Amino acid sequence: MKRVYINEEWCLGCHLCEYNCFLSNSKESDMVLACMGKNIKSNLHIEDSGDIHFAFNCRHCKDPICIKACISGALHKEGEVVVIDKEKCVFCGSCILVCPYGALMESESGVMQKCELCISSGGVPKCVEGCPNGALVFEER
Amino acid sequence: MRHVIIGASFAALNAAKAILSNESDDEVVVLSKEKDAPYYRPLISYLLMGKTTEEKMRMSFPESVKIILGTEAERIDTKKKEVIASNGKRYKYDRLLISTGSRPFVPPFKGLDRVSDEIKTTFMTLEDARKLNGMLDKDKRVLIIGSGLIGLKSAEAILERVKSVDVIDLQNRILPAVLDEVSSEYLKKYLEAKGMRFHLGLSVDEFSEKSARLTDNSTLDFDILVLAVGVRANTSLFEEIGGKTGRGILIDTHSRTSIPNIYAAGDVTESMDISSMASKPIQIVPNAAFQGETAGMNMAGIEKTFENAVPMNATGFFSLHLITAGTYKGELLDLSDENGLRRFYIENDELKGFILTESAIERGGIYTSLIRDRVKLSTLDKNIFKAPLLMAFPKERREKIEKEAQ
Amino acid sequence: MSGINYLFPEYEVKRDYDRCIACRVCERQCANEVHHFDDKRGKMVSDDTKCVCCQRCVSLCPTRALKIVKTDNTFKTNANWRENMITNIYRQADTGGVLLASMGTPKEYPVYFDKMLINASQVTNPSIDPLREPMETRVFLGSKETKIIRDSDGRIVPHLNQHIELSTPIMFSAMSYGSISYNAHRALAMAAEELGTFYNTGEGGLHEDFYKYGKNTIVQVASGRFGVKPEYLEAGAALEIKMGQGAKPGIGGHLPGAKIVGDVSRTRMIPEGSDAISPAPHHDIYSIEDLRQLIFALKEATDYKKPVIVKVAAVHNIAAIASGIARSGADIISIDGFRGGTGAAPAAIRDNVGIPMELALASVDKRLRDEGIRNNVSLVVGGSIRSSADIVKAIALGADAVYIATSALIALGCHLCRTCHLGRCNWGIATQRPDLVKRLNPNIGKERLVNLINAWTNEIKEIMGGMGINSIEALKGNRAMLRGIGLNEKELEILGIKHAGE
Repeated sequence: MKRVYINEEWCLGCHLCEYNCFLSNSKESDMVLACMGKNIKSNLHIEDSGDIHFAFNCRHCKDPICIKACISGALHKEGEVVVIDKEKCVFCGSCILVCPYGALMESESGVMQKCELCISSGGVPKCVEGCPNGALVFEER
Repeated sequence: MRHVIIGASFAALNAAKAILSNESDDEVVVLSKEKDAPYYRPLISYLLMGKTTEEKMRMSFPESVKIILGTEAERIDTKKKEVIASNGKRYKYDRLLISTGSRPFVPPFKGLDRVSDEIKTTFMTLEDARKLNGMLDKDKRVLIIGSGLIGLKSAEAILERVKSVDVIDLQNRILPAVLDEVSSEYLKKYLEAKGMRFHLGLSVDEFSEKSARLTDNSTLDFDILVLAVGVRANTSLFEEIGGKTGRGILIDTHSRTSIPNIYAAGDVTESMDISSMASKPIQIVPNAAFQGETAGMNMAGIEKTFENAVPMNATGFFSLHLITAGTYKGELLDLSDENGLRRFYIENDELKGFILTESAIERGGIYTSLIRDRVKLSTLDKNIFKAPLLMAFPKERREKIEKEAQ
Repeated sequence: MSGINYLFPEYEVKRDYDRCIACRVCERQCANEVHHFDDKRGKMVSDDTKCVCCQRCVSLCPTRALKIVKTDNTFKTNANWRENMITNIYRQADTGGVLLASMGTPKEYPVYFDKMLINASQVTNPSIDPLREPMETRVFLGSKETKIIRDSDGRIVPHLNQHIELSTPIMFSAMSYGSISYNAHRALAMAAEELGTFYNTGEGGLHEDFYKYGKNTIVQVASGRFGVKPEYLEAGAALEIKMGQGAKPGIGGHLPGAKIVGDVSRTRMIPEGSDAISPAPHHDIYSIEDLRQLIFALKEATDYKKPVIVKVAAVHNIAAIASGIARSGADIISIDGFRGGTGAAPAAIRDNVGIPMELALASVDKRLRDEGIRNNVSLVVGGSIRSSADIVKAIALGADAVYIATSALIALGCHLCRTCHLGRCNWGIATQRPDLVKRLNPNIGKERLVNLINAWTNEIKEIMGGMGINSIEALKGNRAMLRGIGLNEKELEILGIKHAGE
């Protein structure tokens, strides 16, 4: 399946992807409205260490342990994409506990949030679309 | 082929999915002794808190699975390969999965029968939750026996809906199966600040109608009694046919029991914990899911093993979230700070266990994977314990886990 | 020294706090450390004194909250003692140093390209639609045979001297690895390959990774001889002897030791940390005869298979110099006008020495034709080619092709902040800092360069078609296609064109 990959070589650590992600998952269409005064919780993370940077988000595992560990049935697959039903999630933390990528995190509303590859807005995930240096790619590997 | 599954929770769900994932036309029959349609059991405390509804709690099985509710398996006939059920029917199987889970263990307290059934309950099923819910009232005093996960989650669920909550435990600390001493104390302080009262190192000598005399001779009055001392695996069905059990049904890495064509998975089993290298019941959702899936695949004739079971828990009380995994042995690395506890147990260059709380739980699964994959810590960046970053991994491991996703 | 800071920041960072979301992208992207998040004030702040106006933060700000404006702090108005004159004095009084500058001169000198207009066909001669009819932009650079040789049957024997073939009359001119980054070089090399044209190593040698682009590479031999070895000469499709550079005629180059690290040091074949000094003259060239010796030494070394280019800066007596070079055995003369760029040059030189490319080109082309030696050489000009129109005008004035560098860098993201010499290029171009170099993804860079050249080539075809011309060869030296506007008699005479309306 198509996933978001990072070409570490080109990641600048600018963190724009995190903001584009946040915007894409907010209800706003404008970056200012979406982010102003907010605690930015994006579905992908940039890890920085000196000059090395890379982004990491949900790998949409073929066999996702988060779904197995989910105590509420909130996590499930839509096609090949692992998505979360925020109505069902009770934020028990089980998925945080088992995800080896650290891809899930608490949302502003107190339940879990995760990358859903921007499937609701269709097309290319916004993190990839907004990457200034072609470091993030959305492709089949 | 016909598969019969006894029990209808996580192990059963994952087994049924696994069996049917191979696009076979195998038949799957699930027997559930509960009258309620399958539901996500751990949510019962969240139901009391209004964080979910019975509707949302429903667990949906694949459509073709035949679920028979309110029907208990009473006997297994291994010769005829049949399960004799409480409805009088006999269910023929080619492969059988026992995923009967566990039941509350209630010690024979003196005078417990004096406490009316109207005001006492265990806390294990949706039915229990409904019953408890019916009892709650702003002026009721609640006594909970047991400070394990069930006891504390029930305490959390009702604290704000009753007058008081007292918790007693024979152990001298709370949640001893999940936490180490320091984190036990940490959680206790937090819960006390929320208003819970703990009476530790104590048991009940004798109950009277609405009061308990404790082993230190003090008495606690109550209007509601919740019995949450512990659980026992429902192994009797299996024991009767001569299957090997310990504290649960003994299974191998294929989820096979000692009897051919019979598999077991979930809370009913005892299996190897690789963090302590000891065989023990690992009664947690992921374990039930893994074992169930493993059983299902093997029942369908596709070999699959589950080899790295590790005890782990994710839970939370009010706004204090905790995740823990592994065993607490070896050298302690304590990096706790104002963001929460960060306690790591390291032995032989491997992470054996950890306890993280509050915002320190973020991305904690990265640590769990270190335990499960038995990663040599010397191959990682030393900063891994300051923050769980994939960057701490050598490129090969990053590439490996990337591949594993696919 | 005095504790007074005489220098007021030239630019101010304007932040619209109604739009700033404190994402800190500006902070992370500014190598000059202009921006930071102020915990006390709880907002982003900037230090204008450090801003070089490279626009990196402006371009990356996701909410367009930033702009950079010229300060309106004003010295007392003085037509003679302009502000930059005064501040330069302050600077030098502070440091006692030569003022360094980068890229082409920003001074207001006449740009002759902007004073020439192009002809078009109307009624009496048909224009050509390049979308429907073939349009030849291919160019061969090298000396042209003037005699026609026939075989015993009287058929023409085709013969070409050593040459290079360009799909379009545009090449990337010399920028050394060291002055620009590995990724910038890689983008240029890949673009040249895809476009079927050439890029130029500059005087810094050829990185081993780029030997594979050899058939699209011009390798340069400059006074410092950095990185010159047999394999290097073998690798290129053409060899270029750099005698001078338009931005700094008469002086050499100096790449500080701090930039001679790792691959740069290996590629230049000099020790790490040692200054790379290119002497002002080639110490073995004091005459055309000496130049001829080097040309033939290079030809000998490469088995007479590759054309040799001699690059000179446009100076006062350029026509006579070019005449000498055309007789020296060189195949191509490259003339670099004074508005050309540089990675670092003394400002006093860059802003005051040399002559404009247009005038140099016109006079050289005329001189060579007058002397009947125009076909001895091809002429390539550079030094601020800014558009396809500039290229058409240059070719009409007599150029065979043009060299572009600044335009190419702009395509790669350069905003002409003119602080290349500081080595902190936020666009990953003029820097060797690994964290900055990686900002230029050569795959993206290549795409942008290819797009630019393709766009210009299409425009060139359109303009040529309008004139009823269907090949670069037919446009070359076709000064009848140009008219001057607002030029005096002398300028028109040098350019060899008539005034508009004539």
